Order: sequence, then structure tokens, then C-alpha cells
Amino acid sequence: MNFIEARKLIHEYIRRDEEENVESILTALDGVDLDVKQGEFVAVLGHNGSGKSTLAKHLNLLLHPSGGTLWVDGKNTQEADSLWDIRQNVGMVFQNPDNQIIASVVEEDVAFGPENIGIPTSEIWGRVERSLKSVGMIQYRQHSPNKLSGGQKQRVAIAGVMAMEPKCIVLDEPTAMLDPNGRKEVLDAVVRLNQEKGVTVILITHYMEEVIRADKVYVMDHGKVVMQGVPRAIFSQVDALKSYRLDVPQITLLAHELHEAGLPIPDGILTRQELVEALCQLY
Amino acid sequence: MLRDITIGQYYPADSVIHKLDPRTKLTATLIYVVSLFVFRGMAGFVAVTLGLLIIIRVSKVPFFYMIKGLKAIMIIVVITVIFNLFLTPGEAIVTFWKLKITWEGLKNAGFLTVRLIYLILGSSVLTLTTTPNQLTDGLEKALKPLNKLHVPVHEISMMMSIALRFIPILVEETDKIMKAQLARGADFESGNLVKKAKSMVPLLVPLFISAFRRANDLAMAMEARCYHGGEGRTKMKPLKYKKRDGVTYVVIAAYFAVVVSLRLVL
Amino acid sequence: MSIILDKVSYVYSEKTAYEIQALKNISLKIQDGEFIGIIGHTGSGKSTLIQHLNGLMRASSGGIYYNGQDIYDEDYNRKELRGKVGLVFQYPEHQLFETTIFADVCFGPKNQGFSRKESELKAFSALRSVGLPEDYWYRSPFELSGGQKRRVAIAGVLAMDPEVLVLDEPTAGLDPKGRNEILDQVARLQRERNITIILVSHSMEDVANYVDRLIVMNQGSILFDGTPKEVFAHYQELEAVGLAAPQVTYLMHDLSQYGIPVCGMATTMEEAKQLILQAFAKK
Repeated sequence: MNFIEARKLIHEYIRRDEEENVESILTALDGVDLDVKQGEFVAVLGHNGSGKSTLAKHLNLLLHPSGGTLWVDGKNTQEADSLWDIRQNVGMVFQNPDNQIIASVVEEDVAFGPENIGIPTSEIWGRVERSLKSVGMIQYRQHSPNKLSGGQKQRVAIAGVMAMEPKCIVLDEPTAMLDPNGRKEVLDAVVRLNQEKGVTVILITHYMEEVIRADKVYVMDHGKVVMQGVPRAIFSQVDALKSYRLDVPQITLLAHELHEAGLPIPDGILTRQELVEALCQLY
Repeated sequence: MLRDITIGQYYPADSVIHKLDPRTKLTATLIYVVSLFVFRGMAGFVAVTLGLLIIIRVSKVPFFYMIKGLKAIMIIVVITVIFNLFLTPGEAIVTFWKLKITWEGLKNAGFLTVRLIYLILGSSVLTLTTTPNQLTDGLEKALKPLNKLHVPVHEISMMMSIALRFIPILVEETDKIMKAQLARGADFESGNLVKKAKSMVPLLVPLFISAFRRANDLAMAMEARCYHGGEGRTKMKPLKYKKRDGVTYVVIAAYFAVVVSLRLVL
Repeated sequence: MSIILDKVSYVYSEKTAYEIQALKNISLKIQDGEFIGIIGHTGSGKSTLIQHLNGLMRASSGGIYYNGQDIYDEDYNRKELRGKVGLVFQYPEHQLFETTIFADVCFGPKNQGFSRKESELKAFSALRSVGLPEDYWYRSPFELSGGQKRRVAIAGVLAMDPEVLVLDEPTAGLDPKGRNEILDQVARLQRERNITIILVSHSMEDVANYVDRLIVMNQGSILFDGTPKEVFAHYQELEAVGLAAPQVTYLMHDLSQYGIPVCGMATTMEEAKQLILQAFAKK
């Protein structure tokens, strides 16, 4: 069985007026199927309001589905007693770095998760050290989070999740509030965790550049999965992506435009190097 | 503006007092405060002064740094002195118009000033040598017996430490909101009290909305990291008494005994 | 009409241990009707710089002249200056406070001392200019999406009839489509209202597509100042300070190295496409 399996997942936000009458229903997830294997790097793309954040919050049971089924790590999320088990195994990193750091010292924040699940003191120290090292923040262990840059804060947040030794981390637009350098720092840390520690990664984002390194990409629109496949296959469908309010990396777009203009360039060019090679072969 | 308040901000230094268990420091501070209200006469005054000077010296916090914190309470001290000076009945030394300064009033005012200033200095040693987190940890553990009375000790201390983390963030945010509204021609300074209060609306609404949003996000982030109250929680830095804490308890008890006996004897 | 900065320096926390020189001897002339981009890292001084332009921050040394008048002159009306140089900060959440969007946009002109009627007329025209559909106007600003909030925030400043509009990271956190919509709208404003636009950004691609003049800030100084082409020609120096030219600029360079004769350099995708097609046509 896959690490995460969702079948026809539905989530409705129901707004009620003062007399508890249903005022409006917003279907944020509309029959989503999702399969994530252990150790995979999966990206979920979508514009703001496409339902991708709602999906992320289901994966560690911050939200419960209105319909459909979701298995995480072989457990049905409908069963109440699997809640803490799943939360421990599926860590979650949110968009705003400031609003997820609890303690006033970096190492104490990283210890927050292990403290909650009752890890003995001596082991907490080891975990804090290992997870701060894994995101390259060990030299800041004594610092106040307020003095760190956005990228550094977000890496502390990732370390805080890693200290719980989860099998999977879900990152809900972790780079949306960061500058380009911060974005790169965070993404590199995530890719490293995936490749070196074998952590399953689910990255929710609207930056196309960030999903190039993923094993599999899901594209969401209006609560539905509208495209899925390897990055190259996704990026070869430039017009479809545009219709879902997304855009493709500048190089891919250029390759697509050149193709439209009559140059026989292959579909799904992702990097500058690939485009240079393709053009050299044609010339 | 708000950033200039320095009373009791942690001053990092390598001193014995910095290393003490926060519970020890809390107890010692409490005893010191009580001693300020117990002491009487010149001998007692010498004892509490000596006590304070020794603590400040040992804490390695520069003296001028501590004095800076006093500025904020100076106005209270002045008002108290004036009240005591003029309103204590007794034998008049100087009289002008209907006001008279009495010998008793002078004495009262003097001792009260000492008490107030020593109180602030003494308790600021606690906050200057203890990080807010240690302080809440210490409070949580010291107040643990209250749990039996269904006082949510863990929750209170968690709220305190979160508040401490978010105060600087909200201060900075206030600054940003103020600038954004100033750029739209807002005026926070001129006008009478009513107009001024009204002009705060464009500042307070965004600030509250943001604070609620942050609280909401934070609650979700804590839940995602398996937070479920104080039950079954372990600590990365559990509080443990060391030898120096024992010594401190003995010293502070001896100090208190001296102050009390000076009062009884003299 | 112009803004002139003459050797402007700004020091944070002067004469303390935390002293930071945020601006170092900045001299700059901004002409009427220009479309300027300012790029740089977080902490490069770009935010400090723009807050000097409307007098929110006061230079530690140096002078600023608006239309030839010294804004630090004692009898200069600095409050009026804030209406002439409109500054829109990064987070619209920091300024929206009224119960309806329309009332919120009226806030600026009311502060300038216009009557209710005049304020409403100005708000009306500002909301039109940012392209927010009329059926939104009487809703709460807090119900809007990120991109719409951004528009309302811009309208709130635009209603003060500024001669210069400064936008700090207007696209941060928006999805690709929302990003392009806002930038297109800003470009339209510049044409239709004929106002000077200063756009602060850390996205090279965004800036290259829109602005006529680019100012690169680094560590409190101006590193480059020129047309995007002139600035991006220094892509190696940009890289040395951790900034990068658009991908297509590198591509052109790579192609000529591999012997494909593309003449000239490109900073936008459209230019790159034309140059490549020309090179292939000549073959």
C-alpha cells in the first residue's frame, strides 16, 4: 500500500447563519485521488484558492474529510485512535514562519514537538542537534528566532518537524513569503532531506521552478486534480497550465514559443542547458 | 518608541546568579521584597542596602544599566514622596501657607523612597538575569501544587511564554501599520483626546485582525506538532536544583533572619 | 517635476552597539513619468530608501529635493508630500481597516482635507483605475483574495492623487496570474494617469518585463542604475552579490558561446524569441 492514499476525497466548508441554517457551501476538495509512495518527492501545484492547502491540512488530520477516504501510513484517518500516530509521522510546515515558531530560542523551539510526544530529555538533545544539523542551522541554536531571516526561520520550522522523526513532511507554501535567496535555502534543505534521509516530501506551492526536482506533480484547480505526472510531462502542456492560472518557467515558455514559431524543439524543456543543447542540434 | 522600554530585559552575562535555578531566584526575590517591608531603622536600612549591593555586584549586570530602568517609575516615586511629605501628621518643621512638612513625614518619605527603589532594583535583578522562558518554566514548576486546585498552571505558563515570543513581533507590526497609515495621510498626534482616540482606529483594526490571525495559525501549528496540553510532556531543559541553589537558599534565609532580628532587637 | 536625493545616508540605532548603516551616500535623480524598478536583497536598503522619498524616514545626513524644494526645510509641508509621493507597503493587511472597501479608499483623501463628496469622487476614480469590479466596492475588504486586497491597497493610495507612486513588493505572495495582473495594472496606471512609478521587487523577470530604468541596491549603496539591458549586461557582477539576471540573458550568452550567432542581448522572453528566430532565419 502507498504511504498516502486518498480516494474521492471531498471537503466542504459550510457557512451557517445565526440560526444554524446553511448559508453557503464551498467545496474546497471535490473528489481528489492522491497516491504518494514512501520516500517520494511529490509536488502539488495550484493557484491561490485551488484547494491545495485544504488538501495539505487533511494529510495530518488538521481537517477531516466530508466524504471519501484517506489512508495515511496504512491507517484509515476516520479511526480516531490513529490521530496522534499520524500527526507524529506526518509533519507539517506552514507558510508564515513567524506564526509557527513557539519558543524564544531556536533549540527550544525545535524541542517543542519531541516534548509533546514525551521523548526523554537525553534523547531530545540528540534529536534537536541532528535535526538542526540536517537543515544547516546548528550554529544558530542559541539565537532568538526574531533575529533570523525568513529562510532561516523556515528552516528552523522544518527542523522542529524533523525532530519528531516523521516519515513524511508536508510543506504548505513554505516559500511564499520569502525572497529568492530564502526560497533557495528552504528548497535545498527540503530536497536534501528527501534524498539523504529518505523522508517523503509533499510540497504545496505555486512556484513552478520549485517542482522541477519533484518525482511527481499534481496540478489542482477548483478542488480537483486536473493534471498529474512527472514534471517534464506536466511542463510540456504550457497552454493547459496557463488556463489553470499557473505559468511555466521562463525557459520552458521560451522553448514552447519557439516551437510554436516553427522550430522543431522537443516538448517539456526544463532547464537552460537542455534548451541550449536542443538549439545547438537544430542549428 | 515602544522599543525604548528596557526595564527588566534579560542581560546576558556569565554570573552565578544567571546560572541559578529560576525557582531559587523567584523565592529569593520574594523574600527580599518581604524584607523591604519588614526592616526598620538605620541598622535594617544598612542590612537591606548591603544585601542589594552584593546581589547587584554578583550578578555582573552593570549598575548604570539597572538605574536606567528606574526612570520609568520616577514619577510614581515623586508623587508618593510629596504625599507623605505633606500629609503625615506630626510636629511641623517648615510651614508655608496651609502645608507643613513634619519630621515624621520626612522620615516616612525617605523610607518609602528607599523601599520603592530597592523593590524595583531587587526585582529587576531577577528579570535581568533570567530569560523569560526560564522564568515561565520556574513559575510553572513552582506553582505545580496549585494543579490540585484545578488551576491550569501549565496553560498559564504556556500562554506567558507565547506572549513573550510575540510581543516583539507585534511591536514591529504596529510600527509597520503606523507607517502604512501615515503614508495615507493619517495623523496620530494632533487634536484633542477624542480625536486622538478616533485616530487610533486605523491602527488598531489591522493590528487586532493580524493578532487573531497569528493566534489561529499558531494554534494550528502547535496542534500539528502534537501539542495536547501539559499531560505526558517531557522537557528538553528540566529544572533541577544544584548545589549552588542550596547555598543560595541558606544565604537568603540567613539574610532574612538578620533583617527580622534587627527589627525585633532594636 | 523630479525627486533629487543628494548624498543621503541613514543609520539605524545610531551610536549604539547595534548601529547599522542602511543607506550610504545615495545620490539619485528621478524624473517625471519614469517607470523605475528597484531590486536588491532583503536588507539591501531598498525599503529604507523608499521611505525617505515621502518623508516617513528622515535621512541621517544629505538632502532630498522634491520639485526643487528641500523637503527638510522647516516650513516645508511634509504631510502634503505624503500625498504627492504615494507609498504602498508590501502587506495590504497593514492598511485595510474600514467596514467597506469604498470607505477604506476614502480614508486618504479625507485625511488630505477633502470634503466627503470630493473624497468619494476620488475613491471612485481610484477604484476604477485599479480595475476592481463595482459589485465589490461595498463589501468588507477582509473578504477579498490576496490580489484584490492588493488592488484596494493601491487604490487607497491612488485616491490621494499622487504624482509618484511607490510600490513595495506588490506581487509578494500572489500566484503567477495574480502577479501579472497587478503588474499589468500598474503599467496601465503609468500610461493612463501619467504618474511616475517606482516598483520595488526582488524578481528580476518581473522587473525586466515592465520598467524603463533599473536601480540595483546592495548593502546600502546603488550598485547599478540604468536600463534593464545595461544593468543585466553586468550579470556576472550581479551574481557575485547573489542576484541574478533573467534566465534568458544567460541563455543568449550560452548560445553565442556554442556558436549560434544571436546578435545582442535579451532581458525578456519576447526579445530572446526574436533574436533566436532571427539567428535561425539567417542560417
